Amino acid sequence: MELILSLGIGVLVASGVWLTLRPRTFQVIVGLALLSYGVNLFIFAMGRLVTGAAPIMPKGGFVNPEAYADPVPQALVLTAIVISFATTALFLVVIMASRGLTGTDHVDGKERSP
Amino acid sequence: MLGQNLLLLLAVLPFLGAILAVTMPVGARNAEVLLAGAVMVAGLLGLAPLAGEVADGGVVARSIEWAPSLGLDVTLRVDGFSWLMLLLVYGIGLLVVIYARYYLSHDDPVPRFYGFLLAFAGAMAGMLMAGNIILMVVFWELTSLFSFLLIGYWHQNGAAREGARTALIVTGAGGLCLLMAMILLGHAAGSYHLDDVLGAGDRVRAHPWYGWILGLFLLGAFTKSAQFPFHFWLPNAMAAPTPVSAYLHSATMVKAGVFLLVRFSPVLGGTAAWFWVVAGTGMATLLLGAVIATWRNDLKGLLAYSTISHLGLITALAGIGSGGAIVAAIFHIMNHAVFKASLFMAAGIIDHETGTRDMRRLSGLRHSMPRTAALAIVAAAAMGGVPLLNGFLSKEMFFAEAADWHNGTWLDNALPYIATLASIFSVAYSLRFIVTVFFGPPATDLPKEPHEPPVWMRRPVELLVAIVLLVGLWPAAMIGSVLHSGVLAVLGGNAPYYSLALWHGFNVALMMSLTALVLGTVLYFVMAPRLSRANEAPGILSRIRGQQIFDRLMLTLTRRWPARLYRILGSARLQVQLRLIVLLSLGATAATLWGFAGLVPRELLQSFDATFALLWMAGIACAIGAAVQAKYHRFAALALLGGAGLVTAVTFAWLSAPDLAVTQILVEIMTTVLLLLGLRWLPKRLREIEGDNRLAARRRRAIDLVVAGACGAGVAAIAFAVMTTPPGATIGDWFRRNAYAEGGGTNAVNVILVDFRAFDTLGEITVLGIVALTCYALLRRFRPAPESVALPSQQTFNELPPLNCPREREAEREPTRHDLMMLIPSVIMQWMFPLTVALAMYLFLRGHDLPGGGFAGGVGFAIGLLLQYLATDVRFVESRITILPVRWIGLGLVIAVGTGMGSFLFGYPFMTAHAQYVTLPVIGQVPAATALIFDLGVFATVVGATVLIQIAIAHQSLRSARLRARESAEDANPREEREHRLEEQQQQQEGV
Repeated sequence: MELILSLGIGVLVASGVWLTLRPRTFQVIVGLALLSYGVNLFIFAMGRLVTGAAPIMPKGGFVNPEAYADPVPQALVLTAIVISFATTALFLVVIMASRGLTGTDHVDGKERSP
Repeated sequence: MLGQNLLLLLAVLPFLGAILAVTMPVGARNAEVLLAGAVMVAGLLGLAPLAGEVADGGVVARSIEWAPSLGLDVTLRVDGFSWLMLLLVYGIGLLVVIYARYYLSHDDPVPRFYGFLLAFAGAMAGMLMAGNIILMVVFWELTSLFSFLLIGYWHQNGAAREGARTALIVTGAGGLCLLMAMILLGHAAGSYHLDDVLGAGDRVRAHPWYGWILGLFLLGAFTKSAQFPFHFWLPNAMAAPTPVSAYLHSATMVKAGVFLLVRFSPVLGGTAAWFWVVAGTGMATLLLGAVIATWRNDLKGLLAYSTISHLGLITALAGIGSGGAIVAAIFHIMNHAVFKASLFMAAGIIDHETGTRDMRRLSGLRHSMPRTAALAIVAAAAMGGVPLLNGFLSKEMFFAEAADWHNGTWLDNALPYIATLASIFSVAYSLRFIVTVFFGPPATDLPKEPHEPPVWMRRPVELLVAIVLLVGLWPAAMIGSVLHSGVLAVLGGNAPYYSLALWHGFNVALMMSLTALVLGTVLYFVMAPRLSRANEAPGILSRIRGQQIFDRLMLTLTRRWPARLYRILGSARLQVQLRLIVLLSLGATAATLWGFAGLVPRELLQSFDATFALLWMAGIACAIGAAVQAKYHRFAALALLGGAGLVTAVTFAWLSAPDLAVTQILVEIMTTVLLLLGLRWLPKRLREIEGDNRLAARRRRAIDLVVAGACGAGVAAIAFAVMTTPPGATIGDWFRRNAYAEGGGTNAVNVILVDFRAFDTLGEITVLGIVALTCYALLRRFRPAPESVALPSQQTFNELPPLNCPREREAEREPTRHDLMMLIPSVIMQWMFPLTVALAMYLFLRGHDLPGGGFAGGVGFAIGLLLQYLATDVRFVESRITILPVRWIGLGLVIAVGTGMGSFLFGYPFMTAHAQYVTLPVIGQVPAATALIFDLGVFATVVGATVLIQIAIAHQSLRSARLRARESAEDANPREEREHRLEEQQQQQEGV
């Protein structure tokens, strides 16, 4: 499990980084989305992997923290998901405006010889 | 207790007054003066009751916790020394306020002036009263800032801007040095409380950092008090209105530096380094200032260099550091403030009434303005150290100290000679001020006909000159007690015996005074014919200008070096920059983790699962596919991106994170729709990009592939290493144990978000709201790419319903092909609307105890609305449902902040949550935590933000439809075009 997930995170990050280094704006936005999946999973994995132990606590009584998944990385990632949606939206609007203003979808706002 | 509250009043009132002042109308001159005057009078009245408490070396202090964990308190304290400085701040402040009423012209915006002036008074009072040395630096920097704003008050004037900037850079940089000094000093003394620091002198002087502390401290003090070689900012600051010069640049702010020197002399002083640097700098400044002042032709320039010289005198006294020297320093701080403020005001009157400050043009003003002349002559005589005036007394003390034996070094032996020489020049420039301006034949070519100023413009000068005379004649009776309490506050039990009598017999000091007076008079009359022809400074000094060196330094530091650095390191290409950033973080991570390379996985916590492996094979394929397709096949890339997102969501669900899974799925839907909407405006690429297969392009892709591969491998390795290491005890344990007990909810994730770490969540939803508004704002001026203006082929084929069909006629119109195609989906989507809303509400309400919450509920609700837009079209939806997303955002934030502030009512800090269960009839036990209300705020903000973004993009279709309609109508009817434009403007004003 750990191996599979870390491979998955690795591929997500690698694809994301490769795309963010590309010259076309749409590539960059897809790359950022992939990168955010990878990073979110990475942060989430810092709480270790457990199955069937969602952090829904019993009402009162003794609580054994070991029996539940760590809620802290989950809380971090939950907000990160919403924020990455917001940044994607902002970036999309910027590239739309840039496309309309400059007439090109190159990240520099003008075509460059490679 | 009364005294302690007065401290708060003294520190806060000027700032409140400043806020009030800037909100007044531009022309409210009298109201502004009343307000500012009232604040100053209140300050004076507040000081009065404190006089008794500080008289015998007592201290009044008040402490408010600020950051107790760092040992930082807001401590205000007043002792005799700061009391007399506060007296200057508020007393001269009051006079300056009255004076400025008549000085400023009708075109000057008064709210800005009085606002800055009051804020400066507050900053100065705060600096003087700070009982914590870090707080002292904070107020110290505030005085620099307000000085900057006041010097640049006439910002249309280039010299004012230049002077303001120079002053800010010099004093601000000094302030940073002071901050470092105070941090080190506090560390060396073991406390940041002023009282503790003042008592830790021996420990500080023996500390290995003493050299650093002293150097940085002196940089701070010297820059502020315009000591050589940092003196050049003060003459440039004379571009400020004269009331500002009188207040800040002679009486108060520049005294902050010497205040600090005197205040900390028991801690840092007494060493050889202190004597050499402080006394040496002070004497050099004293002499240099006096010499240059003699040559200045500008009245204010003369006064500025004279101020520099007198500040040097006080600095030298602080450097000598004996008990008598400290007494003289404190005494001279007061005397100089009084006579120099009156001289600046007099210079302002002369400038105001004659139109010039150039001494080469001014002459014989005693005929046209005899009263002002008399006042200025007395004040200038005090500046020159003429007996029976206050300046004479403290100068005598200075001479006595200079002549006294201290340590026998050559500097100590030279002190009396330098002091006498500087005083000769000081007499000369005072005489020049008096003789050139007021005597001789009446000037003929003045810009204005000179006459006496308005009575109230002269009153402040009259009062100050009266003090000059009274203190000069009866020093002990006038200010003996104030001076005594000031001296006690600095020196404590070591205060020496001193006498404020006028006559001490024929001693060395008197001889020095007389020598200076005689030789100074001779010097002036010998030099007088040549002074006005010289280039504002004698000989070589006229060519060395501190300002030029400073300008050159600034040019090098802020222009040349950055430009060179940019040529070496910079690139305008974003790809190159981004690759550098990625490589840098890769390298930094590798360097950090180098030692841990041998970390071997210890245990696999989870067994291998074939389904999970299959799932991730699909996920990996999607990710790589998206990366490959994103250039030419955007739609495919988008679909594959969605696939990767789904795999992520399933992984969350699999690994005990139902909250994340729900949110991820919902956000995934939103993101996909958003990007689809965006694709409409990013024209399709039909042919291959030119040069895409050249060697250079291929090589870059290969390099990036290696970089990306290294990043991916690195992250995978770290993730694997961490996942296979047992977690040990984490802060998560506390949250798990206390989620229910403290937060009243069983869903630990949600409790963290809305209760334990609600402040973070508040910040996050604020960011979300800001992003949504930014998107909206950016799109309001959106112009689509020319090739995407036309209707896309899908829409032309499907015949969209006409845009301008009124609602009541909709039922009658012919169904288009689009209507028919979308008939079944749109019916389903419309019928699903209540269900979606119910689901969103359900997700929201169960959030505290079960997976769900404000984020998931909010996005779900937004999807419900979005589906309605998809089912029909924008006009159809918006004629039936009114959505005001901006208000949702605002309301959500108000609810969230309001809930947080609710805890104030019960005396708890911001964002303290309360949880309990309420039993309702029929329904039973219902959780009623305040966190639920906070979550409602989160919900509303998320709904507003997501809907605003989507609608803003969706509306671009409407706008471009109007654009097309206008273009086709343009030829036929120009008037219609105008109406269209009007309509568009209205649409923009209405909002979405």
